[in-house]
Amino acid sequence: MLARALTHALVGLEARPVEVEAHLQRGVPGFSIVGLPDKACQEAKERVRSGIASAELEWPLKRITVNLAPAGLRKEGSGFDLPIALAVLAASRQVPPERLAEHAALGELALDGRVRPVPGAIVAAEAARRAGATRLFCAHESAPEAALAGIEPVSVRHLAEAAAYLRGAFDPPAVEASTPRANGHQPDLADVRGQERARRVLEIAAAGRHNLLLAGPPGTGKTMLARRLPGILPRLTLPEALEVTRIHSVAGVLPEGRPLIDRPPFRAPHHTASTAAIVGGGPGPRPGEASLAHLGVLLLDELGEFHRPALEALRQPLEDGFVAVSRVQGQCVFPARIRLVGTMNLCPCGARGDPAVECSCSPQRLASYREKLSRALLDRFDLVVVVPRARSRELGARGDASEFVRKRVEAAVQLDSPQLERVAAELLDRAVDTLPLSARGRAKVARVASTIARLAGEQRVTPEHVAEALSYRSPTELSAWS
Amino acid sequence: MELTALPRRSKLYPPLLAELHDPPAQLYVRGDVEILSQPAVAIVGARSCSAYGAQVARSVAGELAAAGLIVVSGLARGIDAEAHRGTLGVGGRTVAVLGCGIDRDYPRSHAELARRIRAEGAVISEYPPGIEPAPWRFPARNRIISGLCAATVVVEARERSGALITADFALELGREVFAVPGEITSGLSAGTNDLLRQGAAPLLSAADVLAALGVQEEVRPLPPLSPAGGQVLRMLADGPRDADAVSRSSGRSTAEVAAVLIELELAGLVHEAEGLYRVSPGTSRALGAPA
Repeated sequence: MLARALTHALVGLEARPVEVEAHLQRGVPGFSIVGLPDKACQEAKERVRSGIASAELEWPLKRITVNLAPAGLRKEGSGFDLPIALAVLAASRQVPPERLAEHAALGELALDGRVRPVPGAIVAAEAARRAGATRLFCAHESAPEAALAGIEPVSVRHLAEAAAYLRGAFDPPAVEASTPRANGHQPDLADVRGQERARRVLEIAAAGRHNLLLAGPPGTGKTMLARRLPGILPRLTLPEALEVTRIHSVAGVLPEGRPLIDRPPFRAPHHTASTAAIVGGGPGPRPGEASLAHLGVLLLDELGEFHRPALEALRQPLEDGFVAVSRVQGQCVFPARIRLVGTMNLCPCGARGDPAVECSCSPQRLASYREKLSRALLDRFDLVVVVPRARSRELGARGDASEFVRKRVEAAVQLDSPQLERVAAELLDRAVDTLPLSARGRAKVARVASTIARLAGEQRVTPEHVAEALSYRSPTELSAWS
Repeated sequence: MELTALPRRSKLYPPLLAELHDPPAQLYVRGDVEILSQPAVAIVGARSCSAYGAQVARSVAGELAAAGLIVVSGLARGIDAEAHRGTLGVGGRTVAVLGCGIDRDYPRSHAELARRIRAEGAVISEYPPGIEPAPWRFPARNRIISGLCAATVVVEARERSGALITADFALELGREVFAVPGEITSGLSAGTNDLLRQGAAPLLSAADVLAALGVQEEVRPLPPLSPAGGQVLRMLADGPRDADAVSRSSGRSTAEVAAVLIELELAGLVHEAEGLYRVSPGTSRALGAPA
């Protein structure tokens, strides 16, 4: 006796349809899974057997063969448990096979038969809809996510519920497609006192998708400032939000109860993170921090402490807006259009830039600290500011709240890119002659000047805009390695 | 590698160097031999210098080179390298004196700088190719630096710094010694401030050196500035500030202050280092003079 169930295997951000075929034959009772399952998938055997027993269903005493087709595609993870269990139940005619054929299924089984959520539900649901399935069995927790994909989720907490539903004896709870999101607290720019220049630069970075490097002695608020960048970025459109949600779902980091990520994401990996953790990778490639920060902000706090290969690997996504992970089996592409924010001290001991303390770094240590950041990587930062130590009596006033700044940014993003005035171009030429500024540096300054003009709501880039942009270029002590 | 060996008896042997009581028997030169006999000033100081020291070394070297003097230093990290760079930056000519074999670029990270110095000036040593750098060779190298020069400028030096040895050699020879005054609380200026107590001339601008050597100084009036530019420049002449402090005390917006600071920087009147803007040496005097 044969039965089929539809499920999906994740390949990068893509879900490929997988047919689960269960065949019961006479012979010595046994259970085997074929079709390139990985370790986690192979272990489905034990979970499925216990799950069926716990659901007070019958484990067929036959020779059971489960095939995952196409057989050439590697199947990874535990999401195959539920479809395998359902296919076995259908093959032993405990549930009607023809009803099962209309459904896709995804989920891990607990030994007591509960259905657990697995990563990538939204991606699998979208693929199931494209494959013509109208309903998707999934864990209760994954149901809101699946609903976003426009498929009707059959939300089940237990394998027994799924079986009862297929027999027509259980009505799954309705799932709303868009659950209103709790207003998550985002740090506000109004909390920052003083630091007018750094605040201004955050606004420019937000309006022009510029990468930003904040340098300065410790304790001056570099990290605090960087954490406030997502709050002033333009809100995500629905297609953008879905794209970000897919990435987070596949990585398994979607916050529970909030299926749709509708705010620009913020990621701040620790400096011990490996190259694969940052740009993505692994045997079944997983998106890295750069992709999790897609359309949002990637903060590399203490840039100089990160492993050099990890930093160099970021160059491709910064240039192209995506990460391509190549494996023998093929290539995965993860989107990664990010605003990169780096923070660093001016020297390893951190005293440089602070007039009150004297730096104790040896020249060799200073040189090796700075050499870690290659020119090529520093070139990717359009905006560089030194965040000075604010003295208490000079802390200064509170600035605009994030809400207002975001309005200005959203208005600027709408504008066409303005024309560079001739006098402004002349100023740029003069700067290239006088300051340590390369041709690439010139282009960066021109881009920043254009963003500044748009923030001012102007059609033309004036010398004032260029002059301001010039003041945020890479300072000499970061570029001229001595 | 084009290498010239210059024995004592050579006509090209620098005459000032010959006044040492133990002049090198032979000088190895890569680059232009003739500039060794031209009027020169040594700029030396700490390897781990502050941003202030680096900026002073760079701009004083630039101004002396612009006045036609040769700038001599030791290719070390910190002040030495800034002096070489400041000279090359204005198209001036500079001499690096090595404390190791003439074929070595020490430190390695200055290989590119050494290449530029050879192209625009000269790299010299009393040691033939193959001699390793060693701590005890550096004081000997310092006697050549001060020996080549009519004046020696010490920018930043801790107590017992190698730069003070250079200054001692210069004093023995009866040459001018200048020290750049620093904060009394900063260890990096302890050596230079001590030189001042012993009677070294304070260096307040490159003009001090030019006057002592009798070189005609070109008086550079301030270029025409916007009212905001003038206001900010006078503010910075009172002491270094960061951009936020400038915008607070001037009452101008961050964007405007950023534009004004660049105007001043492009005019060569101020320099930025580690977030602080400082007026270039000489600017304060120009501010005081009638426009």
